[in-house]
Amino acid sequence: MALKDVTLGQYFPGNSLIHRLDPRSKLIFTVLYIMVIFLCKNLVSYGLVLAVLLILIGISGVKPKVFLKGMKPVVFIVAFTAILNLFYTDGTIIWSLGFLKITQEGVWKAFFMVLRILMLISATLLLTYTTSPILLTSGLERLLRPLKKVNFPVHELAMMMNIALRFIPTLIQETDKIISAQKARGADFDSGNLMQKAKALIPILIPLFISSFRRAEELAIAMECRCYHGDEGRTSLRQLTMHGRDWGFLLFTLVLTAGVCVLRFFGL
Amino acid sequence: MSTIIKAENLTFSYPDEPAGHPPVLKNINLEIESGSFVAILGHNGSGKSTLAKHINALLTPTEGKLWVEGLDTADPDNLLDIRGKVGMVFQNPDNQIVASVVEEDVAFGPENMGVPPKEIRQRVDTALKMVGMYDLREHSPHLLSGGQKQRVAIAGIIAMMPRCIVLDEATAMLDPVGRRETVDTIKTLNEKYGMTVVLITHHMDEAAQAQRLIVMAGGQIIDDGPPREVFQHVDTLRASGLAVPETVALLYELRREGLNVPLDALSDEDCAAVLAGLLK
Amino acid sequence: MEPIIEIKNLTHIYSPNTPFQQTALDGIDLTVYRGEYLGIIGRTGSGKSTLIQHLNGLMKPTAGQILFEGQDIWSSKALTHSIRFQVGLVFQYPEYQLFEETVYKDIAYGPKNMKLEEAEIDRRVRRAAAFAGLSDEVLQRSPFELSGGQKRRVAIAGVIAMEPKVLILDEPTAGLDPAGSASILANIEAYRKANNATVIVVSHSMEDVARITDRLVVVSHGTLPYVGTPREVFSHGEELEKLGLAVPTMNRVFSRVRAMGVDIDPAVYTVEQAKAAFLEAYRRREGV
Repeated sequence: MALKDVTLGQYFPGNSLIHRLDPRSKLIFTVLYIMVIFLCKNLVSYGLVLAVLLILIGISGVKPKVFLKGMKPVVFIVAFTAILNLFYTDGTIIWSLGFLKITQEGVWKAFFMVLRILMLISATLLLTYTTSPILLTSGLERLLRPLKKVNFPVHELAMMMNIALRFIPTLIQETDKIISAQKARGADFDSGNLMQKAKALIPILIPLFISSFRRAEELAIAMECRCYHGDEGRTSLRQLTMHGRDWGFLLFTLVLTAGVCVLRFFGL
Repeated sequence: MSTIIKAENLTFSYPDEPAGHPPVLKNINLEIESGSFVAILGHNGSGKSTLAKHINALLTPTEGKLWVEGLDTADPDNLLDIRGKVGMVFQNPDNQIVASVVEEDVAFGPENMGVPPKEIRQRVDTALKMVGMYDLREHSPHLLSGGQKQRVAIAGIIAMMPRCIVLDEATAMLDPVGRRETVDTIKTLNEKYGMTVVLITHHMDEAAQAQRLIVMAGGQIIDDGPPREVFQHVDTLRASGLAVPETVALLYELRREGLNVPLDALSDEDCAAVLAGLLK
Repeated sequence: MEPIIEIKNLTHIYSPNTPFQQTALDGIDLTVYRGEYLGIIGRTGSGKSTLIQHLNGLMKPTAGQILFEGQDIWSSKALTHSIRFQVGLVFQYPEYQLFEETVYKDIAYGPKNMKLEEAEIDRRVRRAAAFAGLSDEVLQRSPFELSGGQKRRVAIAGVIAMEPKVLILDEPTAGLDPAGSASILANIEAYRKANNATVIVVSHSMEDVARITDRLVVVSHGTLPYVGTPREVFSHGEELEKLGLAVPTMNRVFSRVRAMGVDIDPAVYTVEQAKAAFLEAYRRREGV
């Protein structure tokens, strides 16, 4: 078992226009784009939205292969959605076998659903592939800042995300170590029924929990020693600045959103 | 030279300890001079770490006082000031690095102190150069070696520009290479930049490099002086569960054989010179 | 001497056929004998951790063979599994792997996995606890309320309870003070003597390793440049320092003395040896 081979840092460093955009503009784009996907009604609007995405992926310089790889975990959901839509949509029957029937409407619906999911995921992947996690977090923190007025813990949330990013690889390394150590005492994780397999995980999970608590405690002390006292009076090394390209990109995003709304109005 | 840390009749017990349990620290009186390099040596449970945690007000005395540049650590209003003056490096290198990029972590302290962003940038770069980690500033901490992680932690403290840095068994989990990296780094800080260094350790060879060596046992200071003097008290040290550097151990043995050798030839060079002198 | 583990042309490559490909062990040959006390020294990343994880079948060789009592440990699935019990491996900082409610149950985890009978498990747990220097009173306590040093003893007992013929310990004294280190090393030695077991200690503390072991193996860049008695290995003091290994203090001091033109045995590595070597030279000079 090689847990440490799991790639968590989804970020692919680069210097493309997309990479250089402010994380806030990319975040806003991604949110609006996902909305737009659900506004699409017909081939024209889908075609437009898909073309935009493909062009942006092209500019980003991240290889299409990487996107395909990133979609692997959702293959099952996509297939499931497709089958569900394919067989359970009423309309003109084009094929049937016993209680199974496929309708013309079903084929279209399944096609659009799959397209939607794939576009949604690609757009999100584009964001994470071209933005370092740290920038993403600070972008999010900055965007959500107005929510602080209603006592939403924006800074705390961002800090939690940062610490999670920092410790996930460490915990994976640690899990690897614990697994080896328990195997050395004859632990068997592969045989037995589901219940026995679940039980075999206890010797891994308990040490992992205990060490995480210990880490959390030590980290809290270390943070306190470095004068951490919430975000009151806190400054930041990383200053986010919106450049001309960001405003341009946002304008483009708005035009796209408006355009799709118009297309929807005309039923395209 | 001025005093940076001063303890007076400092006694400490954990509040949940049953009555009658001996205190962890007993009546400690101590002054540490600004710009000095002090090692505190003791076995596990001697109270050395507890003392270290008093220096930046993580713990406060049950009785007595401790001042950092005249600031009373027991006064909660002084807390942030004291932590800005005394930085602390802990044992486990993994559990004190906050950010997933080296330079972001070094910036964490100054960010908390509200330093303007431009100045943070300068401080981070300077601190990383001082510990020799500038080239790895964009790396992920989890891919670094133990010694490198401790150097990042030290840089994180330096960037806060404290007057004093306390290393609380910061070398205990490192391999010999990592230990040397860490000790060399703090020696440079002390010699080149005049930073006060308090090194808590149970490694004799590290303690031997300090200007002043304080030995603790049973919550008390049992010896205090330059290393070459303290290490001559072989019997006292051994009685409190500590070893002496092997150079001193050898000279001590030779003395028991009736040879007239000094016990203060602590370094390899000095010890070799003494031995060669007798054989030439 | 009777071989117990034979390592034949062992190579291990991480992430083969990828850009991250890395050769951790490169064609290693080594024979480990029954009852011997073997020290493995090397820097972090030298390949020593990879090496020991091959000895109990936790890692599979990319090429080469590991023989235990003459049989290839990968020749059958059952054998690979049973090797874990014959070759006990205590990892670095093993106290972080404790998980049971009581010390007793934690030590019993290995023997239980061996599917032993209740009475035999009980016998082994108590015996292992005694070897590890744990009192009976500790057995019913939670391992998590013990001190760091005590926890480490529990973890070591957990492996000793499988009564392995070969006991491997990775940095058993890391983070302990001198008194704690000495005491744990004495416990391990007691187990070795009582069971005629082979003990392999991995360490970067040269002083400790030199003092206790019969034979030393130096690992560097996935190869074994030096194998021999501590005396033989430390006669290469300068080369070892070039490999980034800390040589015992006495060895360094005596090399210096020799460099000053004095005829004295440089291959010493403990205070006792140094004392003897010095007195011998001193008396020779005095002509007595």
